[in-house]
Amino acid sequence: MQDLDSFLHGLLAESGDTPDRLLQHLIAVQKQYSHIPYDAIQVLSERLGIPPVQIYSVIEYYAFLHRNPRGKYDIRFSDNITDRMLGNRLLMQGMCKKLAVEPGIPRDDGKVTIEMTSCTGLCDQGPALLVNGIAVSKLTEMRIHKMVGLIEAGVPVGKWPGKFFIVEDNIQRRDMLLNKRLIKGSALESLLVKGADAILNDLDESGLRGRGGAGFKAGTKWRLCRDAAADEHYVVCNADEGEPGTFKDRVLLNSYADSVFEGMTLCGGIVGARKGFLYLRGEYLYLLKTLENTLQERRDANLLGNNILGQEGFDFDIEIHLGAGAYVCGEESALIESLEGKRGIPRKRPPFPVTSGYMQKPTVVNNVETLLAAARIAVYGGDWFRSAGTPESTGTKLFSISGDCERPGVYEYPFGVTIRQVLEDCGALDTQAVQLSGAAGFTIPPQEFYRQIAFEDVPSGGSLMVFNRQRDLLKMVLNFTRFFCHESCGFCTPCRIGGRLMNDLVEKVMVGYATSYDIHELKKIGRVLQKSAHCGLGTTAPNAVLDTLQKFPGTYSRRLVNKSYEPAFNLDKALEVSRQLTGRDDEEAHLRLGN
Amino acid sequence: MSTEKTFKLDGRDIPFDDGDTVMDAALRAGEYIPHLCHDPDFPPHGSCRVCVVGVNGRHTASCTLQASEGMDVDNSSEDILEERRMLLQMLFVEGNHTCPACEKSGDCKLQAVAYHAGMLSPHFTHFFPKRSIDASHPEMMFYYNRCILCGLCVRVSKYEDKKSVFAISGRGIDSRLVFNSPSGKLGDTDFSPTDQAASVCPVGAILPKYLGYETPIGQRLYDFKPISVVGDETARDIAKDKLTNGGPDE
Repeated sequence: MQDLDSFLHGLLAESGDTPDRLLQHLIAVQKQYSHIPYDAIQVLSERLGIPPVQIYSVIEYYAFLHRNPRGKYDIRFSDNITDRMLGNRLLMQGMCKKLAVEPGIPRDDGKVTIEMTSCTGLCDQGPALLVNGIAVSKLTEMRIHKMVGLIEAGVPVGKWPGKFFIVEDNIQRRDMLLNKRLIKGSALESLLVKGADAILNDLDESGLRGRGGAGFKAGTKWRLCRDAAADEHYVVCNADEGEPGTFKDRVLLNSYADSVFEGMTLCGGIVGARKGFLYLRGEYLYLLKTLENTLQERRDANLLGNNILGQEGFDFDIEIHLGAGAYVCGEESALIESLEGKRGIPRKRPPFPVTSGYMQKPTVVNNVETLLAAARIAVYGGDWFRSAGTPESTGTKLFSISGDCERPGVYEYPFGVTIRQVLEDCGALDTQAVQLSGAAGFTIPPQEFYRQIAFEDVPSGGSLMVFNRQRDLLKMVLNFTRFFCHESCGFCTPCRIGGRLMNDLVEKVMVGYATSYDIHELKKIGRVLQKSAHCGLGTTAPNAVLDTLQKFPGTYSRRLVNKSYEPAFNLDKALEVSRQLTGRDDEEAHLRLGN
Repeated sequence: MSTEKTFKLDGRDIPFDDGDTVMDAALRAGEYIPHLCHDPDFPPHGSCRVCVVGVNGRHTASCTLQASEGMDVDNSSEDILEERRMLLQMLFVEGNHTCPACEKSGDCKLQAVAYHAGMLSPHFTHFFPKRSIDASHPEMMFYYNRCILCGLCVRVSKYEDKKSVFAISGRGIDSRLVFNSPSGKLGDTDFSPTDQAASVCPVGAILPKYLGYETPIGQRLYDFKPISVVGDETARDIAKDKLTNGGPDE
């Protein structure tokens, strides 16, 4: 292996030594050395001018960065509820057993680490895992068995069978966006012919609203950014698709990346930006190479770089930044912090990114799908787009559908489609509930399947997980509360502590120790999060608990102890340490309460 | 007639200047809004959320909320008070806050704000985390048990002392304070009792060594007046005083 000094030297020479490079450099070091060695921190501290303590704090913020060596094969099983429903736990246990390794702890010979990670965005072809950052889909016992063999034999991941790494698009329904191919460069030509104002008018007319979930009007956002006076403007594409159950951006980046880059360049031309960033979640590392190639093709075609399409002064280029396992970075201001190389803590707002974003400069942050739609609107017009959808929610929306249905995958529908229609199309039978918009979203019971997916009825960022009547919804809730505990950035009190309190109470319900008092507590704490958390992720974190409490009260009530109060402290459980120390587990070593 | 801009806080007109936060203007007008991660001498942070107020039915941290003309701010409804109590209770169960055994008792803002908010018990199930003490520094101690992650020492050390002795590392419930030294020990940093960061800790996490109960319990800062009357300046003066007059016996 290359020695650390020369590796870092090359890295710093190639991609710069400004403080904003920190996270990208750390990701590169992690990849090369399976951890961030102490000496690397010293060198980066000196060269980037960042105190070591801040570098530690960045490393320990991102789940994919480590200060201690990981195994040569670093394996993370995706742990979304959909992976669980497909049996990821048993597969991981089996793999740990076969490789004789404890979850989260590198094997003594340093060969392998295995642990769980948050949803990796392969819910339609799970269970899934990442090996050294690269996605493996459709896990079966056989596939695990083969992987164990390859690991023990020391075969490099690059030489593993290619079919392990096939990630399918699974586009099940196409509508106006996916049907209409965009000729490379046509949106930019449209800009040069019609002018920026005309395109902004098209966007206004189209009614396009942000596809990430918040639904801010795209035309308004671009105009605000353009009108904010500054020497630099930036365009950021948010491809940190971390909401559990969402994977439509992965498909767009795999098969429609050129359109996304076209949308970014269009935005750059309009707001006066010379630089754009695609922030790609670390879980989608395997897309990086093809994305880089697409960028290069566009540079070669004079669709990126200086004087784009021969237009004097139309300069714009795009750089890809990787994330490293942090859900909160999907929040736009946290994403900007992360782009600047820092911990992804959401900023105070206002000011909003349109006036003070990346490097405190006006910045447009748009979802992948929004940019793709904007490029098409520039070519086909606002009327074309608003011919689909509802008056408040124009156009079409991509949905990531997974869970209990025959045909999971990506579906494009006009806004206003009913949940019932979607369920029929994907082959969902005997459905108990639909979780819309991910872990932070809404739980929809059958009596509400008549409702429309639209900003004016049930809004959605695009994730739709289906649960049939055999499923225990509390397992879903617990999966989500654990997810939020793991992913909370820890900045504000309600999300950091309240999230954990809620998780512990849901666990208490799960093990049958909870009472109606605990239900009351869950509601109270949930309301505090909704009202007082610092960012949108904190305020939506309790949604799944509160929604299921309201719409599926039986999920909780049938597990409650019929008493008004039950202590969280379990005396028998507290004796576990003593039992382990004495090596006893017999009847006499247990307290049987109530017997 | 005065032309100064005002907003209403619990019905009272509060004058403000452009750029003021609701907290700035309220404190200047002698209206107390409980706060822990905020110190009026330094830029606001907005992490503890204890200064939550209601504006147009929305709850938001007043230390980061820009004041605007005609705003109607709720600082005392039962809704707001209960939310604050719950946030404080959360902070109490997150760490190990054993007030009777803490040198900071009576001078502690967490304790004083809790009294002010009418918090009678920590209410929630304690996490009882296993946390240590860092006694490596010759003059100062760090008690992880008591840290509420307000980030004041981080900000003051970085922006006022220009030292960056501290950072908050990890994330979520595993967030914790870390020190800028190869060993990770406070004693191996350039932290000094004369740093401004040494006297900003609102709780008993950063304390001078060799000092114990010089001022008896019962005669301390918040024993005479509630925190709503004492003010941040007096609190910091007391902490500074301790640092300059204390120290090991010659």
